[in-house]
Amino acid sequence: MTEITVDNVFKSYAMTPVLERVSVTLPDHEFCTILGPSGAGKSTMLRILLSMETPTSGQVLIDGVPIDDEPQPDRGVVFQRYSVFPHMTALKNVMIGPELKAGNWFTRPLGAKRRQLRNRAASLLEEVGLGHAIDKFPSQLSGGMQQRLAIAQAMIMEPKVLLLDEPFGALDPATKRSMHGLILDLWERNKMTIVMVTHDIQEAFTLGTRILMIDKVRDDPHAPAAYGSTITHDLKLDPNRRPPLAVVTEDTMDASEDDPHSMRAIFARWTENAGDAVLEKGGAALKAHAD
Amino acid sequence: MKRAFNYVPSRPTAIMLACLPFILAVIIYLIGSEMRLAENPKDKLMPSFSSFGEAMNALAFTENRRTGEYVFWQDTYVSLERLLTGLGISVALCLLIGLPVGFLPYLRRMWEPFIAAFSLIPPLAVLPILFIMFGLGETSKIVLIVFGVAPFLTRDVALSVAQIPREQIIKAQTLGASTLQIMTQIILPQVLPRLFDSLRLSLGAAWLFLIAAEAIASEGGLGYRIFLVRRYLSMDVILPYVLWITLLAFLMDYALAAMSRWACRWKHLEMKPA
Ligand SMILES: Nc1ncnc2c1ncn2[C@@H]1O[C@H](COP(=O)(O)OP(=O)(O)OP(=O)(O)O)[C@@H](O)[C@H]1O
Ligand SMILES: [Mg+2]
Repeated sequence: MTEITVDNVFKSYAMTPVLERVSVTLPDHEFCTILGPSGAGKSTMLRILLSMETPTSGQVLIDGVPIDDEPQPDRGVVFQRYSVFPHMTALKNVMIGPELKAGNWFTRPLGAKRRQLRNRAASLLEEVGLGHAIDKFPSQLSGGMQQRLAIAQAMIMEPKVLLLDEPFGALDPATKRSMHGLILDLWERNKMTIVMVTHDIQEAFTLGTRILMIDKVRDDPHAPAAYGSTITHDLKLDPNRRPPLAVVTEDTMDASEDDPHSMRAIFARWTENAGDAVLEKGGAALKAHAD
Repeated sequence: MKRAFNYVPSRPTAIMLACLPFILAVIIYLIGSEMRLAENPKDKLMPSFSSFGEAMNALAFTENRRTGEYVFWQDTYVSLERLLTGLGISVALCLLIGLPVGFLPYLRRMWEPFIAAFSLIPPLAVLPILFIMFGLGETSKIVLIVFGVAPFLTRDVALSVAQIPREQIIKAQTLGASTLQIMTQIILPQVLPRLFDSLRLSLGAAWLFLIAAEAIASEGGLGYRIFLVRRYLSMDVILPYVLWITLLAFLMDYALAAMSRWACRWKHLEMKPA
């Protein structure tokens, strides 16, 4: 069981608020996708979940216990870039996690233990489709291959929570689709919680069981930095009825990340399309509407 | 007619072109030497190649009657010993100091300004202090090299530690790494290629400090010999020594480049996707 509770989190940099009143509870085995315009604070939210940043106020709990104030192996991460170590081969990149955990600064598992670890790493690489590239260095791999390597590297630690920051942002549509299949597969088999930041609304709806939109509710046109973002939309999707992976609509093609209005409109249309797959709607926008 | 920079020589041509300036220099020297010697057979400034041969034969292949040593090889040995000891100590220091100072914020705040200031002290200006403190023996010469090279290397290591993306340090923490593990397994290997490069760039400075120290106080060494025979205008010794020092420096540079390719294979891969 892993239940993540974000409890009234505020975050400001210097005097500028970025996030305000962010509260959400993610039950066990959730696949949560986070959407929002550029600069809304999606990465900031993820960094807080990772303990890479501390919230200005509020806290994050896992199963009722506040998260450690340093990054720990219970929360794995794949960044958009720089996730793998350039000086290690693909195999070593995957083996390094358990090696670090097992040894002190100079010892590492030897003999049978090492062989066992090697086999596990190799089969994991096979699973993410890198079986042929285990002796390659990251600079010899394409962007998509590096991201798959990063996923394998995080998965071998069997984290309770996997945090992904636009992991497939730079990939072409075909590679992206195969990565979607891969990540869903891993999510279902390992029963962990995934939190994934994305710019791609289609990706959010086809992968997520939970979709959060982070945006500003209050906006002062004269002082755009006066308010922070919060969760404006919070959708629960039925994992068995959500839109199929392959759907591509005109919308997503011309979704402009920099225009919050078009993003909101497309989001609304996708919500509508999802129809009765939507189990529950929430978020600040809904409340504001009701008032 | 193509643009000038689009003419690229083939490999054999490239090698020939690379040799040309060297051959040219030798020819110009030969002509100059010939002309001066024709005018005055006792001229010492541009000796003929045969007098180089004689001088070097006496120093390198004839036992010194007084000490029983081969002067040239003895000079080479003591100079290289000083140089390599100095460089070795510098590398050890720059890793022992540079890695923690570059990585740990408390140490960085405390030591970075000091190291920056320290590296600006002109080493030759403190040479007298070194002679007073360590005497005229080996120690002061080695310390001078360390003084001249280590602060630069240390700053460079600390700076390149700071250039490692923060994501990698975070990532290592999510893999359960400790501070020491991150320093030895994530940071050190990524700093090495840059260290090899900086070390290659410091070779010139290291030789400069070695020869300066040997010139001022010494009983042997390549720099000592050059400054000793200067009194007799022995160009027939000085020029071969200078060439020899240049060759040694070149070989060390080449060896460091080869070591870097061997130790940091990942850095020297051609960037082609598989
Ligand atoms: N270390 C920092 N110091 C000051 N301001 C920061 C810092 N990190 C982020 N910000 C600010 O916080 C806001 C949110 O940044 P964040 O990176 O979370 O946005 P994002 O939603 O991930 O955007 P994108 O979609 O472009 O990645 C931005 O306005 C940014 O300028
Ligand atoms: Mg971001």
